[in-house]
This record gives sequence, C-alpha cells and structure tokens, in this order.
Amino acid sequence: MNGMAPQVLLQNRKPDRIATLDEYRESGGYEALATVLKKHNPKEVQQMILDSGLLGRGGAGFPTGLKWKAVADNAPFPRYVITNIDEMEPGTFKDRILAHSDPHMIIEGTILAGYAVSAQKGFLFVRPAYESSALIFERELKIAAEAGFLGKNILGSDYSLDIAVHRSGGRYICGEGTAQLNAIEGRRPNPRGSPPFATDKGLWQRPTVLNNMETLACVPHIIRRGGEWFKSLARIKGAAGTKLYSACGRVNRPGCFELPMGARLSEIIEEHGGGLPPGSEYKTCLPGGASTRFLPKEFYNIEMDFAPLKAIGHRLGTGAVIVFDQKTCLVGAALNLIEFFVRESCGWCTPCREALPYIRDLLWRIENGEGREEFIPRLQAMCKHTWKSFCVFAPGATMPVESLLTYFGDEVREHISQKKCPFPPPSPSPSEGEGRGGGERNHAQTRH
Amino acid sequence: MPKELQEDLEKRVAGAEHPREMAIDAMVVLQNYYGYLSDEAVQEAAALLGMTPAELEELATFYEFIYREPVGKYIIHVCDGIVCWMNGHQSVLDYLCLKLGIRQGETTPDGLFTVLPVCCIGYCDRSPAMLINRQVYGPLTPEGIDQILQKLKDQPPRGAGRVK
Repeated sequence: MNGMAPQVLLQNRKPDRIATLDEYRESGGYEALATVLKKHNPKEVQQMILDSGLLGRGGAGFPTGLKWKAVADNAPFPRYVITNIDEMEPGTFKDRILAHSDPHMIIEGTILAGYAVSAQKGFLFVRPAYESSALIFERELKIAAEAGFLGKNILGSDYSLDIAVHRSGGRYICGEGTAQLNAIEGRRPNPRGSPPFATDKGLWQRPTVLNNMETLACVPHIIRRGGEWFKSLARIKGAAGTKLYSACGRVNRPGCFELPMGARLSEIIEEHGGGLPPGSEYKTCLPGGASTRFLPKEFYNIEMDFAPLKAIGHRLGTGAVIVFDQKTCLVGAALNLIEFFVRESCGWCTPCREALPYIRDLLWRIENGEGREEFIPRLQAMCKHTWKSFCVFAPGATMPVESLLTYFGDEVREHISQKKCPFPPPSPSPSEGEGRGGGERNHAQTRH
Repeated sequence: MPKELQEDLEKRVAGAEHPREMAIDAMVVLQNYYGYLSDEAVQEAAALLGMTPAELEELATFYEFIYREPVGKYIIHVCDGIVCWMNGHQSVLDYLCLKLGIRQGETTPDGLFTVLPVCCIGYCDRSPAMLINRQVYGPLTPEGIDQILQKLKDQPPRGAGRVK
C-alpha cells in the first residue's frame, strides 16, 4: 500500500499483532541504546537529535533537541521523562497504530530521551480509550526490563531508569503538556503557566521533558543511522524524517501511512487513502486534526510539513487528514467539532468556558434555520476572545469555525438565507478500511 | 472493600513515588468493585492515597471514565467524534438505543447496559465505532450491533476497565 516509501517507524507492522522484542531487535532495535551507553554522554545525544532536525510530532513542531537542551546542566534531581500517548485530537490515531505495531521502539525512544536529560523515572501517559495499548506497554516494559534494557544499571552501565504506565481518566486537556504534569501528580489537570517551563520545573517541580510518542519513536533510528540519513528521508528541503500521516472521513481506505515528511496532501488522500468514494468530490479537509483550519481546495497539492502549511497560514497539526466531500455540510461539521471542544474544555479560563458554548449556540441556530447575518461577526468576535485564554487549546478549538467563516462564508450564508441546512444529513459511505477485520483488539492478548 | 483488594491497592500505592500518582488507578479499581465510584469508595480511595475526599472528588468529577453514579455492567460509549458523525453516528446511536429501549445516559432496567457519549476515541479507521468497557467495536452496522449485544448478554462481564 505504501509503494516505494521507506518504512522506518512502521517497519515491523503486521496485520494482526505487535512485533516482539526479538523481532524489534532483529531490525536493529536497542542497538542505539547499547551504543549510546558505551560511547556517548547525554549532551552528545541532545546534539545528535538537534542536528537531525527532528521536530515534535504532536502538532507544535518544536525542535526536540532544543527542548532537551533546555534542561540545565546543574538542574536538580530526580528528573523525569514523559511520553505523551494521550492521543485525543479528533481524527487522529497514528500513535495507536504505532503502539500496536512496535511498542519496543517507543520504549527505547523513551529510555534514550531519559538518558539525554539524565532522568530517573519515565511515564507513558495513556488515554482510557487506548486500554489495549496500556496493556501492551505494561507487558512489554516488563519484558524490556528482564532483558536488561530498563531498571537498574541498564546493560551494565551507570544509567538507571524505571518507566511506568500512567492511565488517564480521560479528558482532552490532559494532552496539553503542563496539564499532563498536573494529571500525573493526581491534581485537577488544568494547564500551568510558563515560565517556569517543564524542563526547569515540571513534574513535582523537577526538570521534566515531555514528548509526543511518534517523536520519541524516531530517536533510536536517528542515533543508529545518523542525522543526515534522517534528513534524507524527507521529501522536501529543510524537512526531516518520515511522518505517520492518516486519512479518514470521506475516503475509501481510511488508515495510517508512513510517508516521507513533505508528502503531498493529494498523494495521501488518493494513493494511500484510496481516494473519495463514488459520487463524492473533494471539498476540503482538516489537515491535522480538529484544531487545524479547513484547508481551501486550491491547496490540494500542498506539501504536508510544518513550514509549507505555516507559509499559507495553516498548521500541520498531527498530520491526520479528515476529508470532507461536496455533500457534507461544513456548518454541521463545525458544530460537531465545537461540541467536542465545549465538552472537553477544562473550564479554567472564562474566554474558553464562555465563548465556546456561545459559538455552539450560534452555529446550532444557523444549522437549524434560525441563523441571522449578524451572527457572523459575533462568531468572529467570540473566536478572537479565546486567544486570551491560558493555554493554546482554546484558540485551537476555534480553528474550524474561524476557517469556516473565512473560506466557506457562502455556505454559511446559504443556511441563513434558506432558513435551513441545504445539505442532506450525514450518512455512512461504504469503505474498506484496514481495521475492518477487527483483529486489532486481539493485540493486547498477543503472547510470545 | 474486601481485605484482599485493600492490600493489593495499598501495595500499589506504596510502589509509587508519590501516592497521588495512583489516584486514577485506585478510583478505577474501586469503581470496578462497586460497579461505580460510590461516596463510600471515594472515602476509601482518599484514605488509601493520603488525600482528603474533597481532593479526590476534584479528580473524580473531572474525568469521563470515572462514574460517580450507578452504571450498567456494560458501559457503552458511542463515539460522536467528527469522523463517526460523518459516518452515521446518529443512526448507530438511534439503533442501539432502540434495541436497548433506553436513551443515551440511561441504564437498562436489568442493570446490564448503560449508553453514554464519548468524544473521538481514535478509531477513525474503524468508524463508526464505540467502546464497551474500554474495548473497541467497529465499524458498526445494525447486524453487528445485534450480534455484539447478544454475545454480551450470553457471557459474564469483564469489568469496566481493568480488574486485577
């Protein structure tokens, strides 16, 4: 399905089970850890990752090496490393696919990150809907420890690290880094302000690095094969590595695909997602989850990387492409999305807590034939208010609505002038997704 | 709670660097035992964690997978994320509720099933999807839902989340 694209993160992907420790090792797994413990000090590891051009895959695109370097040499101990597997961005499921493919790659990446900042304790933060992933990690962490890759004096070195699975109780805000710190501490997970940054005062006020799971899965490969090799994987200049893209919504084969960073949107949708179903025409997409903007049709061939999307005023986000066709009502879609954000707002900040339900109410009225022209500037004003919130999730929540008004104002006005939704209600389209057999739920039971 | 459960929880709390880190796990274990997180369970969990009941309540009221009111043995969370919305979430929900004879938020009179909403569960490649006691099902069809419900009625429940 992935044609000629080199498979790095998904190299051991199988249709019905995870890769075992032995299988991961046969593909070069844990070689990076052995090399680093023998030959490199933490500062060298930080530099290698910085030089590789690895950018955070959670959506922000911050250089991973820079984040690690922010932990001061003389920072106190203990220090912590956290792997964010709280994948709750609507439309996004790449981390689940990877966790269900090669869990040891994530474990090794977490250990290497821990070593790079001299951490003593690691957490894998997992959302409740991914209980099967949590079970996999608990089992595989034990297997890694038995093999000497975790625990006291890893592979006979001076370095020791323990990793625990932390199960979330389930709220979108826990994916926000500072909120996740509070969540692990057993506090109400409202975001914290920064500075101080987590790398200075994070978990239990100690130095902490928190990375997206996909980001850390890249680390063993970079150390084993070099930063230049990692850069050469990308499709476009200035980018680095591969990316776990996905396509879902109005596509024939919803799924997750590893492609060179910078692969074109059209390629993701057509070659890998199988194109749109018969009778469907592409209208727009959310390129990277629910907190990215509807992308106008003219950018159908955009290179999917942080910089090209930023250059046109958009965001790559998680790279999870949600496809909408000409028959799908975007007011209805934006209403569904804002409903999600209303429900998931942690309620800490007034602009988020108050503006989002107001936006929902106005959109509901437009969708149900009660819309008025003056709602449009009011919606725009409400979107702006969210920028005065404590965390970036609040303005992120308004991205679909803001872009709906910017690019699809005619569709909104059609609702208002016709006093009803001009689209049919959403109905399922036949598709042939990769999870159709349902085998994945058995992954957690896989023994070896 | 039974002594065995109490000892197991005490051991797990003692194994954590900070007892509070185990707050969610302790609440989930107790809600599995009692069927939901009762007032008594909040008191017991708080005592185990060295927290006040009010401190624990701050968390219990915050999270979607902590149930502070009685729920059925099988908790069905029907995904209403954007992709499931596009793929017919409403008809799935309508059919499920029709079959069970309840509305979303209610429990069947036999105490077997509760239907609750849930935001995108990250199974968009198997949409429309739902979770039953944290296990995923999808893509859902009316026939598929019939089979799932029948199977669950015929077998004992596995517990809401993990029971150890």
